[in-house]
Amino acid sequence: MLQALWNNRIEVAAVILFAVGLTTLLLHKNLLKKIIGLNIMDTAGYLFLTSLGYIEGRLAPIITDGSTDPERYVNPLPAGLVLTGIVVSVSVTAVMLALTLRLYRRYHTLNLDEIYKMVHREQEEEP
Amino acid sequence: MKKKQKLRDFLREWDEGNFDFSYKTAEKQLKKRPDEPDSAGRNEAASPVISAAQSEERLFRRLVPVFTGIFLFAVIGFLLYVVTKMPAFGSAETPANTSEVIRRYLQSGLTETGAVNAVAGIILDYRAFDTLGESHVLFTATIAVLILMLLGKEEDEPADELRILHQDLILRNTAKISVPFLFVFGIYIILNGHLGPGGGFSGGAVIGGALILYSTAFSAQNLKKILNLRSYRIIVIAALSFYSIAKCYSFFCGANGLETIFTPGTPGRIFSAGLILPLNAAVGLVVACTMYGFYSVFTRGRI
Repeated sequence: MLQALWNNRIEVAAVILFAVGLTTLLLHKNLLKKIIGLNIMDTAGYLFLTSLGYIEGRLAPIITDGSTDPERYVNPLPAGLVLTGIVVSVSVTAVMLALTLRLYRRYHTLNLDEIYKMVHREQEEEP
Repeated sequence: MKKKQKLRDFLREWDEGNFDFSYKTAEKQLKKRPDEPDSAGRNEAASPVISAAQSEERLFRRLVPVFTGIFLFAVIGFLLYVVTKMPAFGSAETPANTSEVIRRYLQSGLTETGAVNAVAGIILDYRAFDTLGESHVLFTATIAVLILMLLGKEEDEPADELRILHQDLILRNTAKISVPFLFVFGIYIILNGHLGPGGGFSGGAVIGGALILYSTAFSAQNLKKILNLRSYRIIVIAALSFYSIAKCYSFFCGANGLETIFTPGTPGRIFSAGLILPLNAAVGLVVACTMYGFYSVFTRGRI
């Protein structure tokens, strides 16, 4: 068990990062900290994906000397997939920050519970 | 005993689905109570109801972290268990690393795409459609942020909060020295994307960073002459349309076995690898404009 965990230490680090991010996302009331937690989770995903493509003792997939032997290079596909992940994460972060800013401008707080309370109060007053 | 009863009531209420985070529970029960026929002691009954609701809320607040912790430990345990079952880190015999697709990309990528950098060949030639989607994700995110930030804006425009930085001597001089080199470095990364590490996304991010540094050190008014909302729209839409049209042409010719004007060329030369260089430039423009657009909208409320 411990040997298996040590053999996959990078993936274990990714799982721990994921857990840190998920804890931040679930247990903090501050919206900005929730966004930071989600970004840490994204990072864990990138680390996991790139670690899957690494092969011990092989070169980066840049064919400078014309040798196209697939046994010489690491797996190039996870790099491309992580690129997609980074772009989507940047876009999602920007949209979340914009929504948070709108909420802050309206309620003057970043605490989700306070915002819930104010929304409830508004809904009671409206009908 | 009493606590157990409360907990049971609370869980039942939650289970039935009429638990609304108990902000209104107390008032709701207060409203409900007068309608009941035996409303003789309603004033006396009201205060215990409020305290019960408040203690329920407190109980809920205390229970949420406990249940969240249990859930998190379950998730982490499951993930760690899965990790122990995975093939060892760095081994070549994993299913992902021995798949036919990878062998094909590495073996014939150089002759088919002409890209020395196999990753650039994958993301901008074999999987160019995926990268087109990525660029559109960035574009859509910018549109969403612009809609959220520009609509419903207050009448009085918020002043440039970074104005104080425009007088900062250290920042100004550092920016004066480093911004030209950052631009050149970003352009180098974009143009070198098919020959080595780099490409449109990383180079675009560097250029976006240079634009951000410039607009922080000097005022955004200077940058506005070349990059305002109008030119931003023109650049991004032109880059995305060029990407779409060029890739449509290449897909059409490839599917029908026609000759294209974009040939792989001699691998290792700057004008080689067919469409990869112009597509990298288009992606780099979109990324740079998006990075600067996000920054500008968040700090000044406009591009």
